[in-house]
Amino acid sequence: MGNVSTGSAMNDSILAAKNLSKEYDSGSKRLKVLDDVSFEIQKGSSCAIVGPSGSGKTTLLGLCAGLDGATSGSVVLSGESLENLNEDERAAVRNRNVGFIFQNFNLLPTLTALENVMIPVELQGGKNAREKAEELLSKVGLGDRMDHYPSQLSGGEQQRVSIARAFSNDPKILFADEPTGNLDEETGEKIEQLIFDLNKESGTTLVLVTHDLELARRTDKIFRMKGGRLELKESEKAV
Amino acid sequence: MSEGHQNIRGWSWKMALRDGRKNRGRLLLFMSSIVLGIAALVSINSFGENLKDQINGEAKELLGADLEVESRQPIPDEVYSYFDSLEMKMIREVNFASMVLFPKSGGTRLVNVRAIEDGFPFYGSLETEPARQDKTVGGENVALVDQTLMLQFDAQAGDSVKVGKNIYKIDGEVLSVPGQSGIASTVAPPVFVKLSSLEGSGLMQKGSRIEYRLYIKYPDEFDPARFETEIEPRLEANKNLRFDDVEERKEEVGDTYSDLTGFLNLTAFIALLLGCLGVASSVHIYIKEKVTSVAILRCLGAGGGQSMRIFLIQVALMGFVGGTIGAALGVVVQYFLPSLFQGFLPFEVDLAISWSSVIQGILLGLITSVLFALTPLLAIRKISPLRALRTSVGDGDQGREKYFVYGGIVLFIYVFAFLQLGEWFSAMIFTAGLFVAFAVLTLIARAIMYLVKRYFPGKSSFVFRQGLANLFRPNNQTLILVVTIGLGTALITTLLMTQSVLLDKVKFSAAPEGRPNMVLFDIQDDQVEEVTSLTREQGLPVKQVVPIVTMKIHSLKGREAAAIREDSTSTIPNWVLGREYRVTYRDSLSESETIVDGEYRGRVENPGDSIFISIEDERAKDMQLEIGDKISFNVQGAIIETYVGSIRNIDWQRVQTNFFVLFPEGVLEKAPKFHVLMTRFDSPEESAEYQKAVVSEFPNISIIDLELILETVDAVISKVSFVIRFMAFFSILTGLIVLIGSVLISRLQRMKESVLLRTLGASRKQIFRINAVEYLMLGTLAGFTGLLIALSVGWALAAFVFETTFLPPLVPLLITWVAIIAFTMLIGLSNIRKVTNNPPLKVLRQEE
Repeated sequence: MGNVSTGSAMNDSILAAKNLSKEYDSGSKRLKVLDDVSFEIQKGSSCAIVGPSGSGKTTLLGLCAGLDGATSGSVVLSGESLENLNEDERAAVRNRNVGFIFQNFNLLPTLTALENVMIPVELQGGKNAREKAEELLSKVGLGDRMDHYPSQLSGGEQQRVSIARAFSNDPKILFADEPTGNLDEETGEKIEQLIFDLNKESGTTLVLVTHDLELARRTDKIFRMKGGRLELKESEKAV
Repeated sequence: MSEGHQNIRGWSWKMALRDGRKNRGRLLLFMSSIVLGIAALVSINSFGENLKDQINGEAKELLGADLEVESRQPIPDEVYSYFDSLEMKMIREVNFASMVLFPKSGGTRLVNVRAIEDGFPFYGSLETEPARQDKTVGGENVALVDQTLMLQFDAQAGDSVKVGKNIYKIDGEVLSVPGQSGIASTVAPPVFVKLSSLEGSGLMQKGSRIEYRLYIKYPDEFDPARFETEIEPRLEANKNLRFDDVEERKEEVGDTYSDLTGFLNLTAFIALLLGCLGVASSVHIYIKEKVTSVAILRCLGAGGGQSMRIFLIQVALMGFVGGTIGAALGVVVQYFLPSLFQGFLPFEVDLAISWSSVIQGILLGLITSVLFALTPLLAIRKISPLRALRTSVGDGDQGREKYFVYGGIVLFIYVFAFLQLGEWFSAMIFTAGLFVAFAVLTLIARAIMYLVKRYFPGKSSFVFRQGLANLFRPNNQTLILVVTIGLGTALITTLLMTQSVLLDKVKFSAAPEGRPNMVLFDIQDDQVEEVTSLTREQGLPVKQVVPIVTMKIHSLKGREAAAIREDSTSTIPNWVLGREYRVTYRDSLSESETIVDGEYRGRVENPGDSIFISIEDERAKDMQLEIGDKISFNVQGAIIETYVGSIRNIDWQRVQTNFFVLFPEGVLEKAPKFHVLMTRFDSPEESAEYQKAVVSEFPNISIIDLELILETVDAVISKVSFVIRFMAFFSILTGLIVLIGSVLISRLQRMKESVLLRTLGASRKQIFRINAVEYLMLGTLAGFTGLLIALSVGWALAAFVFETTFLPPLVPLLITWVAIIAFTMLIGLSNIRKVTNNPPLKVLRQEE
């Protein structure tokens, strides 16, 4: 069974998945990409989801972050049950609680670095979006590149903007999908360090999807996905 | 809803502006496709508004009086005494068609003789060269001759002109007449003479179509509304009198020009709709490229509606800016319209900016852009945030709301057409026609994609296969290019063909070899023999001499015509009952007549025998008559009772005199009548010589030269078609802009594909040829479909509206087709030049 329960008390949970399944139509067949997955993640902890391509890692991340709906089962994110919410309500939950870092950075090409970072705060209706974005961009070392468009930045710089954006709405939980997958080794290491430093500083929960076991080992827990099922590989792993 | 979501109403605006900054060029491109349509609409509307103002302001000048009384019979004395008792001023006019002769050049022509008393017009002026201040024609033997007539016969002031038996000295040329347009005077150029000079001219004989007019000026304190309450009721017992007061004239002239501007507005509207298709397709591609950005925004917490609003705002702003630029351009174009309409207007138009038209244009730009962009925009709401993680996730669909948008578009087009045409049925035909064309083109485009894919020539050359495959690959332009190019082609060629059908109809009526091409009418009984021998002496054949008796319907099946006209339940049209019939009599049918019911009895042997007449089939239907029904005619006061003996069909295309009603011999021989003689001339010299001889000896006889009529009609149609072509020009340009737009919008996609092919080793020539094959196919098929639609419309117009044989102008159509293919290829290939002329990596870097 893929039912893994980690952590101590239920009221400290930031993310809880119960009997999650996801099926797709594939021609005349039903394809099960996630099979009865249950787990729980505590506030302030970090975990990594590892596994081969096609094992269901990204699908699980999508369901946990409320980007998609499960075929069956439930997800409770920051105390809010996602399965009964429509897409706009889930968007509001994401905006209040979630930060994202993507493998391909996913910056809006028509907006400057600063404007990209401002979006989550602006969506919350926050009045200090610019100040906050400037502070974060300075923190990730891009204080002098704020008015540059994504096409004018290198891959590492784009990912730093993406990290600044992910932290801008003070998320309770940060989802990172292969954050160093598109970067060279040296840049990748710097980005890793930046994520962990900011995570520690802000006390955010971190959920990392990666192929990179070295990176995974820096988290508190590692979950292994295989054929749509989840198993705990290492528990309470100290960094 | 969270507090955050409540506080971010302005966020979509902010995002729209930020995002638009980087897309300014592309948004401008969308906008450019509606600019010309709006410009055309605003110019026509604004011009129409100015016309309306002018008509309202100059209504009295259009009529030249407060009231005009008209009659085919001399106006009775009691009418004069009545107006006199009301202390009204009066000017009399006698007006008829007649031949004039210019002795200096020997030229003759049928003109409109207007014999008038001094003082005309009461309002406005008869513009002449040299100008006259005293509102008189001049002396007893003086004439004022229309400017075009003077030019035609190279006449100058001081020359003489012979009207009937009278010779007048030309005292000046008439430049404009109150209420008469240039075109009207081309058809029947006016010659003004003094009314008192007409006696002894020998022109006013029995059978001549004379019109008597009385121009009236009310006393200063007279309320014009009293015309309806007092004057008309008092005089309406006299059925021969017709009245036209300022209000009525205002309405008539206004209606004419609102019909004209309505029609031109529809032409302009088609340009706008073509532009809207451009907007829809551009926005569709634009949104496709924005899918990932929207997915990211949704990951970050933006709602579906919020995301859609960003792009909706961009489109609305674009529509607003496009509408504003279009309106500004329209105001400029308006100043060119008076020269375009030269000859059609009875006055000079003082142009001013019509702000209502400008605002209407801006709003129209805004509404049409949003309405047509809404379908692709709706899909934004359904873009999954998951798309940010996986590119394999779909683009989002438009949901059921798209049907409301489609409904909105149909309703919008219908309402607009209705507002222009004022008739729900015509508006429906217009809307339906547009959608049928659209549906046919969509079907054709889909069929092309399906057939090319299904029967793909796998063994053909690499270049040909790649070019063909571009027609159905993802992100293809087949649908949008086939629809826009096809609709544009259909529109342009329909206009071309309508013009050609009209001209052909006129030409067809002209005389082929051996058929008569000159008609002499108003020949009196005692002139028949002399005119016949004169014709033969001149070496011309007498093709036909026909007696004509004018009469009106007195009763149908025992019911008086007047009673039927007043019966609101009667379905017999009033014009059928009220018109004057020109009837002939003979003992047999002519070549152009075929009996469809009953039998023709050509002679009434004894006075008192029943008279069996023959009626043309369509007219019999109108009158609801069958064989044996009784019909009585009022032949200038005498009532003649007849029965329908036969119903016959007439081939109206034959050049000869044809009649709705045909009497047998032995009835009308003694009735007041005139005769018509038909002959044929082969050279203009022969015609001029003959006309001169006839006019000199028989001044009352009028001559119609069919060749001249053809030339005149040709000139009128050319003028009209120039106006239509001018409006079609907006559609053509819009079509080109849309074509350029759709090609440019897909530029990045094309670049990537072509660069990839180049990277894999394809030569510049190969890439060029691949694209050439694609655009050649698109241009050929879209152009061909457009031509097919236009041919169908042309055929339908010829068959049902103009009732003539449809002979498509093949050479111009072929030229149009080739031109469309060439344009499509030119624009398509110019897009790819950058790829073929630069290294692959440079191109990609620049484009990103």
